[in-house]
Amino acid sequence: MSFADHLTILPVLLPLAAGIGLLALRGAGIGVQRAASLLATLALVPLAIALFAATADGTHFVYRLGNWEAPFGIVLVADRLAAWMLLVTAAVAAFALLYAVNGTDHEGRHFHVLFQLQLFGLNGAFLTGDLFNLFVFFEILLLASYGLLLHGGGRLRVKAGLHFVVINLIGSTLFLFAVGTLYGATGTLNMADLAVRLAASPAGNTALVQSAALLLFVVFALKAALVPLYLWLPAAYGQTSAPVAALFAIMTKVGVYSILRVYSLFTGLGDGPLAGLLDAWLLPLALVTLALGVLGAAASSGLRQQTAYFVVVSVGTLLVALALGTPGALAAGLYYLPHSTFATAALFLLADSIARARGTLGDRFEPGPALPRAAWLGGLFFAVAVAVSGLPPLSGFLAKFMLLQAAVSTPHTSWVFAVVLIGGLIGVIVLARSGSLLFYRSQATEGAGPPPTLAALVPVAGLLALTMVLTIAAGPASEAAGDIASQLHAPRLYIDAVLGARP
Amino acid sequence: MDALLALVIGVLTAAGVFLALRPRTFPVVLGLTFLSYAVNLFLFAMGRLAVGVPPIISEAAAGYTDPLPQALVLTAIVISFGMTAFVIVLALKARAELGNDHVDGLEHETDRHA
Repeated sequence: MSFADHLTILPVLLPLAAGIGLLALRGAGIGVQRAASLLATLALVPLAIALFAATADGTHFVYRLGNWEAPFGIVLVADRLAAWMLLVTAAVAAFALLYAVNGTDHEGRHFHVLFQLQLFGLNGAFLTGDLFNLFVFFEILLLASYGLLLHGGGRLRVKAGLHFVVINLIGSTLFLFAVGTLYGATGTLNMADLAVRLAASPAGNTALVQSAALLLFVVFALKAALVPLYLWLPAAYGQTSAPVAALFAIMTKVGVYSILRVYSLFTGLGDGPLAGLLDAWLLPLALVTLALGVLGAAASSGLRQQTAYFVVVSVGTLLVALALGTPGALAAGLYYLPHSTFATAALFLLADSIARARGTLGDRFEPGPALPRAAWLGGLFFAVAVAVSGLPPLSGFLAKFMLLQAAVSTPHTSWVFAVVLIGGLIGVIVLARSGSLLFYRSQATEGAGPPPTLAALVPVAGLLALTMVLTIAAGPASEAAGDIASQLHAPRLYIDAVLGARP
Repeated sequence: MDALLALVIGVLTAAGVFLALRPRTFPVVLGLTFLSYAVNLFLFAMGRLAVGVPPIISEAAAGYTDPLPQALVLTAIVISFGMTAFVIVLALKARAELGNDHVDGLEHETDRHA
């Protein structure tokens, strides 16, 4: 086997090896750990690009672990969607880590180990083609995320962490119930094989597999923070340290990815008991998520909590695209996914710099001291706010435009237009109010904290630059998103690639 | 045997859900443990119940029992064991940081009677 054959598993193995290696390096001093962790994370970027380029022609790379044939062994599958998600993860992780090495990583122990294991879980979840394996990778990324969430400690962080852990443990239990039921009904856990067998499942099993599939949807909705299961998110994301919150911007997208992957296979074959299962649920839930996210942002008492609500808004928008289901809408959603991840991650990082510069007042929305280096902070805030709220000229606007254009030809046009446009308007107002309060309504001249260092602002600028790249390269990027959407609409290709894979 | 196992899973799940909704961290942890017991039994039962047959296809035996759910249960047990250990440590840390064992870290009037 050549190097290219093993390309599929490298994004999983590299963070695992790095995590274990960093554990061995724990006595070597923070400098060595930072260098090793940065190197391992940056190495994911060329790997993801290589995988993206290799899958661009529509090939499914099927990696059979231990050379067991497909329905019996576990497979990793790299297709366009998986490569797209890997690319976004690698980019966000690199900038989050670049911010963390300014000192956040030194506030507690084992930050870099947990960070690498989190990447291990994320990449594995995007690549696996096995439902139980997906559960295992979910557990890995969750266990790492518990440690990262609590990194640095503190009263509010522990409280938010306890809620986050308990709710996710219950989610894991439900996941196992769903997986168990599906296995009991079909006798397989390979997602491609499941798709075939579910489509042909006997009429007597209809209620059973439908309830299992809906239970699975509840689990993914919990991860994605869909209404009514989003209440854990603002506290957890708002309280944790900035680079962790920035990395978590991709975590809700794991839920969205899982919904997309699993249901494009389960319902994509057109017949069988699961056809159209989510149609009645997804769009209303997504629209309510979007609306409540915007209202939560408007009611937030601090900038980081507000950012967390904008994560909820981005999930709502993404799921609107998924729910509309047409290739055009899906392409818009997939183009919006990297944009929203970069934008919210940048806002989390910037909010931390602003909070530090405001001294004891932190990120709370109260008139405070005049900020040091206000021009830099304010300029970046303006640009990031434009990105987050989806105003022109950045890619968020293009994505929303594509989404609305795709919604015109569906029966739900009026609802989608009303919620997305009014939500966008409120988002703009909310961010404008936050900005003017933080930067203009300064009363005291004393009490300000240390000015932000250049090293803290570079990651924010880098994430912003990525959204600009998405804007400038909007043609190729949206074309790639369209290709992913068309691949997802032809699940037969995925199934044939997995089940037909022979040595 | 089927009815008994179904009953056990049901009772464990009900107890787990009830305890997980309690306001103190200790019952919550116990509830999560019960839920994981229930789901482990459930996974095990998904391979169909069989007595006295080997987990491998053999000409000498009358039938076979599905070994895959047993492997799944093993994985699930390991994961839930690790998670339980973690959540216990976290609950202790929360008790130390927040000064009480309420899941919200607040001492409500009504909770004193609960």
